Amino acid sequence: MSLAASVVSAKNLGLTFSTNDGDVIALSDVNLEIGAGEFVSFIGPSGCGKTTFLRVIADLEQPTSGSITVNGTSPSDARLNRAYGYVFQAPALYPWRTIEQNVALPLEIMGLSDRAARIQRTLELVNLTGFEKKFPWQLSGGMQQRASIARALSFDADLLLMDEPFGALDEIVRDHLNSELLKLWARTKKTIAFVTHSIPEAVYLSTKIVVMSPRPGRVTDIIESDLPAERPLDIRETPEFLRLAARVRDACAPATRTRSRACASFSTARPCPFSSCSPRSCSSGTPPPSG
Amino acid sequence: MLAAIVLFWYAAAIWMNAPWQDTLNSRANLTNVPFTDFALSTWAQAKPVLPSPHQVFAEVWNATIGTDITSKRSLAYHAGITLGGTLLGFALGTLLGVGLAVMIVHNDASNRSLMPWIIASQTIPILAIAPMVVVGLGAVGVTGMLPKALISMYLSFFPVVVGMVKGLRTPESIQLDLMRTYNASPWQVFSKLRWPSAIPFLFASMKVGIAISLIGAVVGELSNNAGGGLGVRLLTGSYNGQTVQIWAALFIAAGLAAALVIAVGFAERLANARMGARA
Ligand SMILES: Nc1ncnc2c1ncn2[C@@H]1O[C@H](COP(=O)(O)OP(=O)(O)O)[C@@H](O)[C@H]1O
Ligand SMILES: [Mg+2]
Repeated sequence: MSLAASVVSAKNLGLTFSTNDGDVIALSDVNLEIGAGEFVSFIGPSGCGKTTFLRVIADLEQPTSGSITVNGTSPSDARLNRAYGYVFQAPALYPWRTIEQNVALPLEIMGLSDRAARIQRTLELVNLTGFEKKFPWQLSGGMQQRASIARALSFDADLLLMDEPFGALDEIVRDHLNSELLKLWARTKKTIAFVTHSIPEAVYLSTKIVVMSPRPGRVTDIIESDLPAERPLDIRETPEFLRLAARVRDACAPATRTRSRACASFSTARPCPFSSCSPRSCSSGTPPPSG
Repeated sequence: MLAAIVLFWYAAAIWMNAPWQDTLNSRANLTNVPFTDFALSTWAQAKPVLPSPHQVFAEVWNATIGTDITSKRSLAYHAGITLGGTLLGFALGTLLGVGLAVMIVHNDASNRSLMPWIIASQTIPILAIAPMVVVGLGAVGVTGMLPKALISMYLSFFPVVVGMVKGLRTPESIQLDLMRTYNASPWQVFSKLRWPSAIPFLFASMKVGIAISLIGAVVGELSNNAGGGLGVRLLTGSYNGQTVQIWAALFIAAGLAAALVIAVGFAERLANARMGARA
């Protein structure tokens, strides 16, 4: 029963990129089950393989070791079945299409009917009603990202893969979209895999939090949430919430004090614990000296 | 600016036509001609080395508005012939250029095998190719617009290939990944992503292409003076020393080229407006 309900199942999954200056181990020995209807967040510093893992699920990267199934089939079959909607880190809207035409893109490609209604419904969901005829450049970055979420929702796939969708948004919009996303998830029973840099966001949204760490990219902890399904925004002030947040913070800050301080900072705006750290230097194992 | 050019032109006309005017004057036993008279007569010679602006524009006027359009003396008639060859060649060249670019972008083998030939084709001087094409096709009975159009095509496909290869490759990997997540067919990726991304490049290439198409058509006409066209007017003008006629034909050709480039620019603006480009 639990096997049948598994949406993503990774066993000893590894992925090594061969680059001109050596191999980069983006994922190593990842074991993870995502059940139907779960909301799973991936958290960890830059370069720990969060994006890569999502892209493996989406059949945009090929693992180099281990195995993974999506809906019980290979990621490739799942993609051919249009099993998921993917929200990229950047909006990736087509600049020559209006907002509604962008949302219509997957509907056109998949030959789905009922387009006008779907467009209207999903734009309403992300609060973009009234912007149908605007071109992307006429919208703020946050609105563009919401349009890209609408586009991923428009064809109603059961699995949503979201790569830091709210990373570029301001707090207020982010809070609003977080609670909208939770409502959508509760109503539609979708399975969601969600990458974030924000500990409060991960704790607020998830049923399961996957903590990852770089060099090599791996899963260091999987924390099941004990928060109730019903989550008003002010649940974030409750002791249960804060306790869980502290646990996540500890999990992504093992042993050393430097790391602990560094990790605490990624609940705030800074994505990477080392301010001058590029993904490249992260993965090559040479963190810049931290002050 | 324009005034400076015209002034310079008049001055140059005096200077360049002066030797012949001296000869004329001495034949007529005229001596001590005042400078103003001398200058005026250098601007009014029948076959000047450098015709003056008003002579050229009078000829342009007479040969277009002032002449029946069906007459072989009408520059409008000849411009029409040249325009026909130009447009046909431009259309063929654009189609060929787009077709080659599509093959190059979608097929690595043709990328490696075609591109060197395309570049090599443009290193051969068109003045060498044009007579071969025109005379060769004439020998097998193909005359008229087609040989000229082929030369225009030969010149104009090149900027289109180069521009469209670049244009069709502009989509970012994230935009292509998006198509992949939808399991889009190659045709859908082309029609919904690569083609719209390439449109700005297409128009930039077509502006170059239409101008050199006109050059191609004129060069084609130089090789066969039976069919008419601005090139033929240039040629017969130079046989007969009709410099005014040459200059008038040149001006018409330049005006035609400008009009064609402006027309492509207008189409570009229409396309931009439809595709939501920033004003
Ligand atoms: N296409 C690629 N080629 C080479 N290395 C890559 C590629 N994509 C990602 N990487 C490397 O893999 C590691 C994990 O990257 P990524 O999954 O993007 O991390 P995250 O999303 O957690 O920040 C990084 O070190 C990154 O530099
Ligand atoms: Mg990432």
